[in-house]
Amino acid sequence: MVDKKIKTLGDALRRNGVSRRGFLKFCTATASMMALPPAMVPALAASLDKARRPSVIWLSFQECTGCTESLTRSHSPTLENLIFDHISLDYHHTLQAASGHAAEAAREEAMRANEGNYLVVVDGAIPLGNPGYSTIAGFSNLQILEETAAGAAAVIAVGSCAAFGGLPKADPNPTGAVSVRDIVTDKPVVNVSGCPPIPVVITGVLAHFLTFGTLPELDEYGRPKAFFGTSIHDRCYRRPFYDKGLFANTFDDEGARKGWCLYKLGCKGPMTYNACATVKWNEGTSWPVESGHGCLGCSQPDFWDAGGFYNALSIPVGDISRTTSYAAAAGLGVAAVAAGINHKTKVAARKRHDRVTIDDLEKIS
Amino acid sequence: MNDSMDFLLWTRGTAFDVAIAIFIIGLIIRLFEIVSLGRERTLAEPKGSEFLPGVKTILTRTLPDGGTFKRQPLTVIAGYVFHVGLLITLLLFIPHIELFRETFGFGWPGLPNPIVDAAAVLGVVGLLAALWNRLTNPVMKMLSGGEDYLVWVLTFLPLLTGYLAYHRMINPYPLAMGLHLLSIELLLILFPFTKLMHTFTLFLARWYNGAMSGRRGVQS
Repeated sequence: MVDKKIKTLGDALRRNGVSRRGFLKFCTATASMMALPPAMVPALAASLDKARRPSVIWLSFQECTGCTESLTRSHSPTLENLIFDHISLDYHHTLQAASGHAAEAAREEAMRANEGNYLVVVDGAIPLGNPGYSTIAGFSNLQILEETAAGAAAVIAVGSCAAFGGLPKADPNPTGAVSVRDIVTDKPVVNVSGCPPIPVVITGVLAHFLTFGTLPELDEYGRPKAFFGTSIHDRCYRRPFYDKGLFANTFDDEGARKGWCLYKLGCKGPMTYNACATVKWNEGTSWPVESGHGCLGCSQPDFWDAGGFYNALSIPVGDISRTTSYAAAAGLGVAAVAAGINHKTKVAARKRHDRVTIDDLEKIS
Repeated sequence: MNDSMDFLLWTRGTAFDVAIAIFIIGLIIRLFEIVSLGRERTLAEPKGSEFLPGVKTILTRTLPDGGTFKRQPLTVIAGYVFHVGLLITLLLFIPHIELFRETFGFGWPGLPNPIVDAAAVLGVVGLLAALWNRLTNPVMKMLSGGEDYLVWVLTFLPLLTGYLAYHRMINPYPLAMGLHLLSIELLLILFPFTKLMHTFTLFLARWYNGAMSGRRGVQS
C-alpha cells in the first residue's frame, strides 16, 4: 500500500508522478460532478492536498466482492485510484495481507487509534434471520457492524446489498437480510448504491469528506444527490428515440442496430437514479445502454424483485397473462351458474306463455 | 425506508393482480348477466327486420345529434374531445401497448410520444370542460348524482397522474409511476360496478334499441 512516510494526499499524488495541473483538473472535475460552485475548486484542491490519510475499515458481509472489484480494478491507474490507495485501508478481507486473529487485531487497533474519526465502508447485506448465516472470526455480521460503527465518523454503504439489502434481500429473503441503514441509525450513513456502484462516486464521497469533513447532500435513499439526482432516462443519449416512438423490438433488429430506445426490451432507465449516463464506465468508454442493453435499475431498492429484466417497465411484476386467464375462467364459471339459474327462469316464463287448449284443461281436472 | 420504491413494486405487483382479477371477473359477470338475462318471449309477429335497423342505430347514435348539439353544444364537444384524447392516450402510447402485448400476446403500432402527450392534454381539458358543464348547466346538474362525479374522478386521475409521471412533475419517479398505477387500479376495481361499463355495453345497447324498433316496424 502507501509508504508510511507520506503524510498527506498531496505528497502521495506527487510521489506517484501526478502533476499540479493534473491534480487541479481532477479537483475541477470532482467539484463540477458534485455540483459545487467553481469558487470551491481552490478550497477543494487545498484541502485535498493537505488531507491526512483517513483510517478506513472495510466490512464485507453477504456480498460477492463485485463492488471491491469495481472500485479497485476499473480505472487503473487514475487519480480516483490513487485517492483510493491513499486512504489507510486498515481492514479489508480481500485486500489485506493479514488473516485470522492478526486481521481482527488490525481492525480493533484501527478502531482504538482513530476513535470517532475513522470511516467504515460496508459492502454486503446483514442477515438477521440466523446469526450463523454469515460470520467472521466467530462473530455475526450484526455484532461486527454494531461494534465497528459505534466509534465511526460515518458509514459508507457501498453497493446495493449494503445500501438496500440487494440480492440477499430479494424475495423470499431466506436469510432475513437488511441494509446498513436498518442497523446503524445513530451515525451518518451514505448509500453508494449500484450493482456494482460507479467507482468515481465513492472517491467523490471520500473527496467531499476529506475536503469539508462532512458528507455530501443526500437524497431520500441516502445517496449523494450529486450522482443520484437525475434518472438514467433523463440523461440517456437514446432519449430522443423514446420521444419519437422509435424502439428496438429485439436485440438484433434494425432498431437495435440504429441505436434506438431500449424501453421495449426492458430498460428500467425511467425509474433508476444513477450517474451511468454521464460518468459512464471503464474510463468513460461506455455504459450498459450505450453497449446495447437496457438499464437493469441496479441502483434502486429491490431491483431484483421489480419484474423481469427484459419486460418493459409498464408491464406489471406478476404474470399478468395468467392472472387474466384465471380471472376470466372464474368469471365464466360464476356466469355459467348465473346462466343456469336464468335458464330456469326462461323455461318458467315460456311455460306461462304456453297456450292452453280445452284438452289440456280437461286433462288437469 | 424505501417507501416510494416499495409502493411502486406493490402497485406493479399485488395491487395490479387484485385489480385486474376484480375487473375481469366483474366484467364477464356483468356482460353475461346482460346477454343471458331471462327475457320473456315476444309472441307478437315481427313487423320488420332487426339486423339493419340495429346496425343503423350503432352508427347514428355514435354521431352527434343535431338537436342535442343546438341545445347543449358543450356536452357534445367536451364529450368528443375527452373520448378521443383518452382513447389515443390509452391505446396508442407505446408503454401501454407493451402492457396489452404482455396480456393478450399481440400488440399494434403506437404514436410518437409528443402526439400522445397532446392527446392526453385534450383528454384532461375535455374532462374539465365536462365537469364544468355538469356543475353549471342547471339541467346537467339536476341529472347528476354521486356516481357521475365518482366516475369522473376515476377517469380523471389516471390521465392526470400519467401526465405528471410522463413529464416527471412528481419526484421521485417511482412515486409518480406508483400513483398512476394506483389510480388505474381504482378505476379497474370500480369499473364493472359503475356506469363505466358503457365502454363495453354501448354498442350492444345501441344495436338493441335499433333492433327492437326494427322488429316493431318503427323508425329507429
